[in-house]
Amino acid sequence: MFPTPIAKTSRSWQITYQSILPLALIMWLLPLLAVALFSIKPDSDFSTGNYWGWPSSFEGFTNYGKVFLESNMPRYLLNSLLITIPTVVGAVALSCMAGFALGVYRFKGNLLIFFMFIAGNFVPFQILMVPVRDLTIGMNLYDTKTGLVLFHIAFQTGFCTLFMRNFIRALPFPLIEAARVEGVAEWRIFWYVVLPLMKPALAALAVLIFTFIWNDYFWAVVLTQGPDAQPVTAGITEFNSQYRAAYHLMSAGSIVAALPPVAMFFLMQKHFIAGLTLGAVK
Amino acid sequence: MTYVSPPPEARSRGWYKRNEIAVTPFLFLIPAVLFFAIYVIIPIGQSFWISFHEWDGLGDKTWVGTANYERLLFDDRKFTTSFWNNIKWLVLYLLAIPGGLFIALFLNQTVTGIRLYKSLFFFPFVISQVVVGLVFSWFYLPREGLLNAILAVFGAGPVNILGDPSTATYGIIAAGLWPQTAYCMILYLTGLNAVDPEQVEAARLDGAKGWRMLWYVILPQLRPATFIAFVVTIIGALRSFDLISVMTNGGPFGSTRVLSFYMFEESLSEFGFRMGYGAAIAVVLFFIMLGFIVYFLWSMWRDEKGAR
Repeated sequence: MFPTPIAKTSRSWQITYQSILPLALIMWLLPLLAVALFSIKPDSDFSTGNYWGWPSSFEGFTNYGKVFLESNMPRYLLNSLLITIPTVVGAVALSCMAGFALGVYRFKGNLLIFFMFIAGNFVPFQILMVPVRDLTIGMNLYDTKTGLVLFHIAFQTGFCTLFMRNFIRALPFPLIEAARVEGVAEWRIFWYVVLPLMKPALAALAVLIFTFIWNDYFWAVVLTQGPDAQPVTAGITEFNSQYRAAYHLMSAGSIVAALPPVAMFFLMQKHFIAGLTLGAVK
Repeated sequence: MTYVSPPPEARSRGWYKRNEIAVTPFLFLIPAVLFFAIYVIIPIGQSFWISFHEWDGLGDKTWVGTANYERLLFDDRKFTTSFWNNIKWLVLYLLAIPGGLFIALFLNQTVTGIRLYKSLFFFPFVISQVVVGLVFSWFYLPREGLLNAILAVFGAGPVNILGDPSTATYGIIAAGLWPQTAYCMILYLTGLNAVDPEQVEAARLDGAKGWRMLWYVILPQLRPATFIAFVVTIIGALRSFDLISVMTNGGPFGSTRVLSFYMFEESLSEFGFRMGYGAAIAVVLFFIMLGFIVYFLWSMWRDEKGAR
């Protein structure tokens, strides 16, 4: 293990390490802690200039209550959910199938198609903006959740296919051959042999895509406009202009907007990190 | 010569059954390839085409040849600023890699609660860039911001990072480095987990310690993690849009624009949509990226070939 395990070092360094650890964490999360502190402060603290002192009263419930009851926030959150979940389902479904095709079969153009998916995934997405916006308007889907979902599915399929294909590649191939010898139809092999083995990959991809899509901002502002379809990342700017300079409310709003992926991460941490670090170990 | 008739069951089986193994992959690929082609591959070509036109997004396109590119390269100060800002982003964003490695080395221990520490250090990456942008723009606020409150303790004067054209870009990059470093950290933590303990012990017996150990024994084993960290950092740097849009909206005086932001601004500008010009900027960005894409693909291709 590198660096030397702390248990094997001198007593003084052990104590130093144990005390540096929480300090470093506080330093690291300082900007975030500041926002959390803002979000429970009363309005009056800002007018009296008590920015960093102890809150003169605890107003967490009032502030967060306002976010949920007196703004468009719940609507934006619902939009985000209605955009994110279909995208996760769609992208995972498409890439499972594509990954199966690319991971199991040998045919001409296999690597070529695979590399098309990888390359498309690296492209700066600004180059897609004008045509995709035009296409979405042409399909009458501008400013709808469907328009956003369709694009997200397509774009995420690149990354997901890369992921799925490499995962399927690592499965024991004799299993598939055995099924073939038994005369099992190919689609049944996919459904009954490969898919059950892919559960960890499915979980990892689902949490990753959930986070990516929930946090998307660029496409939300390119393809949608108002509170009818915009997700929370775009809605937060409208929220902030509504409460200009009301830092306690803006802070509470931001925390609400950021929370769902955070919850997802803490619930499914193992899968999340497994997905994110795919390929970091050979 | 005896004529052997095909076995009866082969004749009765349908065309699909006989060609099952050859056909199935294509059936499985169709939906994904279709989606990907319509929304990703074809639009790349279309953007190239549009970049040779003047187009407001509604009416007819007017062919202008390379006029958009000529204007970009020789007659557009905003473009020059954006381009150099992109270079700054690319170079400074790479600091996330050593930064992430440093934190990973710091956290690669087994003490009680270390798992929670690791997740909390990783936490900034999970938050959307919009919120990161907001958090940092409040952190930098000249009057209410925590940064100036801390500086005041040390007697340093208030600074207005985002309000000053000479520091604003660096302020945004610092905000971007926060989640990116967390990402690199998690890559390296996973990599460190897989480092061969026997090699480390052997090197220790040979007297390797500290920096030399890190450089000659650990880093070579972390190569895959470094490669991925490099890929995601470069892509992240060139895609930077959210932070700029949220923190400064390109200002002050246009000093924080980057190509991706400038492209968006031109295409959907309030003074009429200039889609052709926007597309041209996107094409330039694409070519900057292409160099990296080719390198990434080449590395991956080499590994694939090696795996066979």
